[in-house]
Amino acid sequence: MANPLLRIENLQVEIDGKRILNGLDLEVGLGEVHVLMGPNGAGKSTLANVLMGHPSYEVVGGRIEFRGEDVTEMAPHERARLGLFLSFQYPQEIPGITLADFLRTAKGSGEGEQPGLLEFHKLLQEKMSVLEMDAKYAERYLNHGFSGGEKKKSEILQMLILNPILAVLDETDSGLDIDAVQVVAKGVKGFHNPENSLLIITHHQSLLEHIAADCVHFLVEGRIVESGGKELLAHVEESGFAAYR
Amino acid sequence: MTRKKTYVADIDRTIYDQRNPFSFSFKTDKGLTEEIVREISRQKSEPAWMLEFRLKSLEVYHELDLPPWGPDLTELDVENIVTYVKPNVERKLSWDDIPTDIKQTFDLLGIPKAEHEFLAGVGAQYDSEVVYHSIRDSVAAQGVVYLDMETALHEYEDLVREHFMRLVPPSDHKFAALHGAVWSGGSFVYVPAGVHVEIPLQSYFRSNAPGAGQFEHTLIIAEPGSYLHFIEGCSAPRYSVNNLHAGCVELFVREGSTLRYSTIENWSRNMFNLNTKRALVDKDGAIEWISGSFGSKVSMLYPMSILRGERARAEFIGVSFAGAGQTLDTGAKVVHAAPYTTSNINSKSISKGGGKAIYRGLVKITERAKHAKSTVDCESLILDNDSVSDTIPIIQVDTDEVDLGHEAKIGRISEEAIYYLMSRGIDEEEAKAMIVRGFVEPISKELPLEYAVEMNRLVQLELEGTIG
Repeated sequence: MANPLLRIENLQVEIDGKRILNGLDLEVGLGEVHVLMGPNGAGKSTLANVLMGHPSYEVVGGRIEFRGEDVTEMAPHERARLGLFLSFQYPQEIPGITLADFLRTAKGSGEGEQPGLLEFHKLLQEKMSVLEMDAKYAERYLNHGFSGGEKKKSEILQMLILNPILAVLDETDSGLDIDAVQVVAKGVKGFHNPENSLLIITHHQSLLEHIAADCVHFLVEGRIVESGGKELLAHVEESGFAAYR
Repeated sequence: MTRKKTYVADIDRTIYDQRNPFSFSFKTDKGLTEEIVREISRQKSEPAWMLEFRLKSLEVYHELDLPPWGPDLTELDVENIVTYVKPNVERKLSWDDIPTDIKQTFDLLGIPKAEHEFLAGVGAQYDSEVVYHSIRDSVAAQGVVYLDMETALHEYEDLVREHFMRLVPPSDHKFAALHGAVWSGGSFVYVPAGVHVEIPLQSYFRSNAPGAGQFEHTLIIAEPGSYLHFIEGCSAPRYSVNNLHAGCVELFVREGSTLRYSTIENWSRNMFNLNTKRALVDKDGAIEWISGSFGSKVSMLYPMSILRGERARAEFIGVSFAGAGQTLDTGAKVVHAAPYTTSNINSKSISKGGGKAIYRGLVKITERAKHAKSTVDCESLILDNDSVSDTIPIIQVDTDEVDLGHEAKIGRISEEAIYYLMSRGIDEEEAKAMIVRGFVEPISKELPLEYAVEMNRLVQLELEGTIG
């Protein structure tokens, strides 16, 4: 790829002095869907958070390039404004701020101008109905008291509203029942087009039954140990990651 | 939905700090002597009993020591406080008759506009005297009395005499005694039985004179089956000398009536705010305190509800914000003195830049108060490593068969929550502001919209550290 959307080179990351990522390389092109799998503790969530700029992780080597810019040291909100999005595995609950208020502010910060109230609410209601969310959730406090499944839908809703260029989905399908997976998959499918990319981190294949992956990567002990096409999914199903340790 | 954004952009920092030239028609000398107390009473042409009351209070003041607990008050030198400053204006019934600089101050604070739009009556005090008082005709026609205390003392002398400093006697503490000796200004409200005042009354207390004290007295009598929402606002510009505020609020909530008392205090950082508020609630009555405490050098404020009738109820929701150099020692007290009484205390504090925010509260359940129910919920948010927060809840129970709940939570602002909001494109400052606004939302949502806006604006100003 001459000009990938995301280019990660030899990324080395520590948290509290402990090495998690160990020279990770990864490229994601525009319009592509990549899947990242690996055993627990391999560094998948670390990678997701380092991409987003989590302050606790220290990049001790390598670099991250997004849309041709070196974002390795960039603050999270700047990355978001460049078009990066992370659907969190464990989204935060923020009491006192409604989902609608929050999302309108967020959309305004990304686009430099707050969307009109009516226009925004129309957009919000439309996306919420895609995700089969009760319209009342717009006026509830952000993720506050949401069930696990509602939180994941809230994440995907945010993605649909903010319309990023690269969305990283960190175990968005974990803890969801079959119906909820289908709804979330519908949202993700509706989002994806040739002008954006997905990096899907997952343990399961349920989401992948709905969304076609272009590339599959195995992350083991802080490194990508195998990359290939969809055929790798079948391999994992059968024998796990033992061979790569 | 949009309001949070719009008013943040509209901040005008000069509003609260607008300092008018210090002019007056009469002021006492600094300090506290019998002569000064007599002179204040003479200026007001008071009845003899009130002068006597003042002089007795002065004696009590000299006998009492500073409280042995709580924030350090040694910097407060009452000998250097001017206790009475009469502004250069007589009480007016029209804003047009008020001198331009004073009128401008209240304009900036939005008082005439609020009066016009959503208040049933307004009192405006400037330094020691009320300069403006009004009540809507429709409300007056219901028999509601809303006057400055001085006028009430003359026109409703018996009522005032029967209630004045009965709930907060001068012997209560040193600053109550001081208040009794030098009180001036404040509001008097009488709501007749069965009358519901549908829109709020508001009194605003503005302290302009440097090195002065403000000692307004608010007395409200809500007769059986009545309803009133009273709003109190306070502010002062910043001076390098210390000012003192020792107001007193006494609320009589009769059988089956409900009184909501909302306050946004926003003092400058040279103010010692030592305020005493108390409500006496009869059978089936309710007192609802909504309290926002901002600014001041030291605040000591613990509104007390005495539930003396069966099923009387007290609600307190308060927020305080302590920034650099400030100690906000605030909380609520409830005395359950009758069966089936209930109280709910919900306090939130924020500390930043080395500020100290302390919750100090008391729930006392007397032997008579069988089946009383009380919950206390205190939450503190600490914004940095220099700031301090503490919770001192005292609970005294003298009977069985009570239902008590207490929860205290002190926490730092969550880095994960900030990161989460930032990951959506919101910058760090705005992310923090959002979390803090969310934290105080349970309180701001209880306020009328305009005051919720003001409170959020104060939160924003405090976060930016721009209030002097």
